[in-house]
Amino acid sequence: MNVPDDLKYAESHEWIRLDGDTGTVGITDHAQNELTDIVYVDPPKVGDTVTAGQPAAVVESVKAASDIYSPVDGEVIEVNDALSSEPALVNTSPYENGWLYKIRLSNPSQLDALKSPDDYRAQIG
Amino acid sequence: MVTPRRTVLFEQQKALGARCINFGGWEMPVQFTSIIDEHQAVRMACGVFDISHMGEVFVSGPRAFDWLQHMLANDLAKCPVGGGQYSFLLNERGGVIDDLIVYRMAEDNFLLLVNAAKIAEDVAWLQQHATEGVTIDNRSDTMSALAVQGPESARVFREVFQCEMPARNTFIAMEKCRGAVIAAGTGYTGEAGFELFFANTLAGDVWAALLKAGAKPCGLGARDTLRLEMCYPLNGSDLSPDRTPLEAGLGIFVALDKPDFLGRDALIAQKESGLPGRLVALRMTEKSPPPRAHYPVLVDGQAAGETTSGALSPSLGEGIAMAYLPPALAKPGQAVQIDIRGRHFAAVVEKKPFYRPSSGRAA
Repeated sequence: MNVPDDLKYAESHEWIRLDGDTGTVGITDHAQNELTDIVYVDPPKVGDTVTAGQPAAVVESVKAASDIYSPVDGEVIEVNDALSSEPALVNTSPYENGWLYKIRLSNPSQLDALKSPDDYRAQIG
Repeated sequence: MVTPRRTVLFEQQKALGARCINFGGWEMPVQFTSIIDEHQAVRMACGVFDISHMGEVFVSGPRAFDWLQHMLANDLAKCPVGGGQYSFLLNERGGVIDDLIVYRMAEDNFLLLVNAAKIAEDVAWLQQHATEGVTIDNRSDTMSALAVQGPESARVFREVFQCEMPARNTFIAMEKCRGAVIAAGTGYTGEAGFELFFANTLAGDVWAALLKAGAKPCGLGARDTLRLEMCYPLNGSDLSPDRTPLEAGLGIFVALDKPDFLGRDALIAQKESGLPGRLVALRMTEKSPPPRAHYPVLVDGQAAGETTSGALSPSLGEGIAMAYLPPALAKPGQAVQIDIRGRHFAAVVEKKPFYRPSSGRAA
């Protein structure tokens, strides 16, 4: 499974890519592979406040609806509109075109609690 | 928690990449590659499902026919030797204990194929009502079963068994073909196909032969979307001890003209007083998350029922579901809303089934 070196990871299989005080959030290659056949994405709304460890989005595969947990606190500043017509982008491009939402971090120190790529690799074996 | 049971094919399926879930106390493949791919394989070509978790209960003896006529809702007199028939075990209230297929092996010998989660309950119910001249033999632990479904099933059957696939709702007992195998022209997908019942010791060989002949391994995920497109009920979801087959729209499998069977009085009373609900097919008419079981159904904003099953239909590309609605709201064309995580999405009552297969039968 692909685990890029430039991201931080949550134990619940989300990733975050930092750009100044904002971050882009998605689910990992491992997570999309486990879910398979993603057919619907319910993103948060721009302006929503999301909380670390709390559900921020729902990703639905054919077999189940799965909560996606925000890796850190923040305000949603953008969602990936492309997923409404092409949810399978989460399967085909989990780290690029299949990103879920962008947030302005309100508590950047929470990043320290996230996993490094090596730690996440160890978690998924 | 009770450790889930595994079929004898578990290791072979794991080696093929099966992802497993707990279903009715069994650790079963939910998918191998992708539910959508497996669904399409059955609609377009041929897929094979391990259904060894299901129960095989033999009922035999000089009183077997008369006794089963009393225990089962459908008319067994219409099932000749070599035939199979969909039927129900009902409680005294006419509610569904289990839905099953009964195969008539001989004049006085019957094989009941029952749901995995209900084996113990069904056998206990049968034994509780057993009389002299009837022998109940639960062989679920020593028998395996495979379902092969899809338009290419007849070719796969010929390749594996060197004879013709049994016709719909009939079976053949093959004594010397890869060992003793019962092959029945039944299934749960709407497509042409067959189901095989045999001793556990043959399972590895038969499974491998079917794969070699081109059947694609399929999991319970595709089995669920395939049966839902056909509006075939799943016991425990669409059927329950509190709902009768009449409410489920399955009255054609209930022989109210039989003089006597368990649950008959309640069904006749229900028919006279009016059904409290009807199981309807619902199709989403706007873009929405896939409907799933236990979502509220509303009509004009008022609670009307709850979905019992739901999925994104891989064949139609639309959300489909079933729900019990009051009879006045159960007519095709009725507009409803389905509450998905607090938002209401438009849907409509459809005529069953949602999908008409290219092979097999229409309903």
